[in-house]
Amino acid sequence: MPILEVQDLSKSYRQAGGETTVAIGNISCQVEAGEFVSFVGPSGCGKTTLLMSIAGLLPPTSGRVLVKGSEVAGPPADLVLLFQEYNKSLFAWRSVLGNVRFGLEARGDHSAGAAKKAGDLIELVGLKGFENHYPWELSGGMQQRVAIARALAYEPEVLLMDEPFGSLDALTRLELEDTLLRLWQELRTTILFITHDIEEAIYLSDRIWVLSRRPSRIIQELKIAFPRPRDQVTTRADTRFMKIRNDIYRQISHRGAE
Amino acid sequence: MNAPNKFNWPGWLVFGAILVFWEITSRGLPKLQLYIPPISQIFWALGQLLLSGTIAKHLSVSLARFLEGYLLAAAIAVALGIVLGYFRSLHSWLEMLIEFLRPMPSVAIIPVAVLILGIGDSMIVAVTVYASMWPVLVNTIEGVRHIESTLIDTARTFGLSRRRILWQIILPGASSYIVTGLRIGLSIALILVTTAEMVVGSKGLGFFILDEERSMNSANMYAGIVLVAVLGYALNRGFLTLEGKAMKWHHSMIAREAA
Repeated sequence: MPILEVQDLSKSYRQAGGETTVAIGNISCQVEAGEFVSFVGPSGCGKTTLLMSIAGLLPPTSGRVLVKGSEVAGPPADLVLLFQEYNKSLFAWRSVLGNVRFGLEARGDHSAGAAKKAGDLIELVGLKGFENHYPWELSGGMQQRVAIARALAYEPEVLLMDEPFGSLDALTRLELEDTLLRLWQELRTTILFITHDIEEAIYLSDRIWVLSRRPSRIIQELKIAFPRPRDQVTTRADTRFMKIRNDIYRQISHRGAE
Repeated sequence: MNAPNKFNWPGWLVFGAILVFWEITSRGLPKLQLYIPPISQIFWALGQLLLSGTIAKHLSVSLARFLEGYLLAAAIAVALGIVLGYFRSLHSWLEMLIEFLRPMPSVAIIPVAVLILGIGDSMIVAVTVYASMWPVLVNTIEGVRHIESTLIDTARTFGLSRRRILWQIILPGASSYIVTGLRIGLSIALILVTTAEMVVGSKGLGFFILDEERSMNSANMYAGIVLVAVLGYALNRGFLTLEGKAMKWHHSMIAREAA
């Protein structure tokens, strides 16, 4: 049984003028436990709407989402969504440690060991020594590391990530990609990732679904077989890497021109 | 903003100069002294009143009324404001009522309160609650509405119940607005306690001031006024100290954003 299953999901909005906008066409897909899969698509293709629907934060117009076989109605317990806007999703009144502890508290862990677990996670994302800082004292990349540690503290079986590195500079982005892969392999979480950065999707994922422009549909599924652990230099230098990138790019831009 | 720890020399100089001017003028114009006694006399009177314990009883009565009214107002208004800010439809039901009652000078409610509650303590506390509630309520609603939706979505994806979201996310998220409301409410509560005591009291600083005025004891009257002023100042200071501790994260965040 797949850990996450999306069945014929669609989502429309009624706009102020009374017109209906279809954000998500008709999407079906399955994610197996332990996989790292990505949706990649152009900006404004409804990716965030898709992820919010999967996370149970927005009710779909039709279709359904199953987590471990049971239908999602409201945010499921085994799943956490990590937002792109770290500066809006972190709790400004809590320290780094407090934010990470929130992940533990949210699943009911108020134990004395919680502080130590949180500390371990902070170290794991590379923020040792910043436990007592507040989020707004940190750079963007560090803030997103806090958000990742907080999400992992919750020990979700599925971690949804909405363009988490989208507003970071290029170098920080590469660093965080590697941090994420390391954590994923260590903790064996299932990750569903969304990005408009084709290369990022290829570099991180086992599988990729290419999304069309609004209303978004899956126009292609690709298996990415590069060996792990991957490397920012050698993996990206592989000629097949560029070939996949170009294929996806043509798909997106071609469909977009229609 | 001035550094809070720095002693404000020019400010104190102006303050002191006015007191000296007052003293000299009053001493130079004996006819005026009946209405405006010299500052030294006022402080002398205040010292006497404090030593004899006459005014302590009035002070403690006023302080108790203030605390009861203000704290009750704060609790009610924060709770109500969070609910009204979060559940928008509920707010639209009450919006016109709030917008109509809020700008009305709250002292106008005193006769109504006297009519219903008589002239006892409960009436004074009731009008204090009523008046100091508004700024807290309105600011809390505003604060809740300004919370980033991402913050609430984050809490939801972590499986927090609605009750925990209100308590753990909305309350701290709106706290900077709430504190502003509480600070305004504090002054209003003090105004209402004093005013209500002047209208109906037989105890309290408001009553004392008016009573001394009627007895033509203007030095005592001013002493009462000074004491109310000191009380207001002390309460404000105390509030700012507590706020500084509780909202340290917010002040540092604002300071950083401004830098």
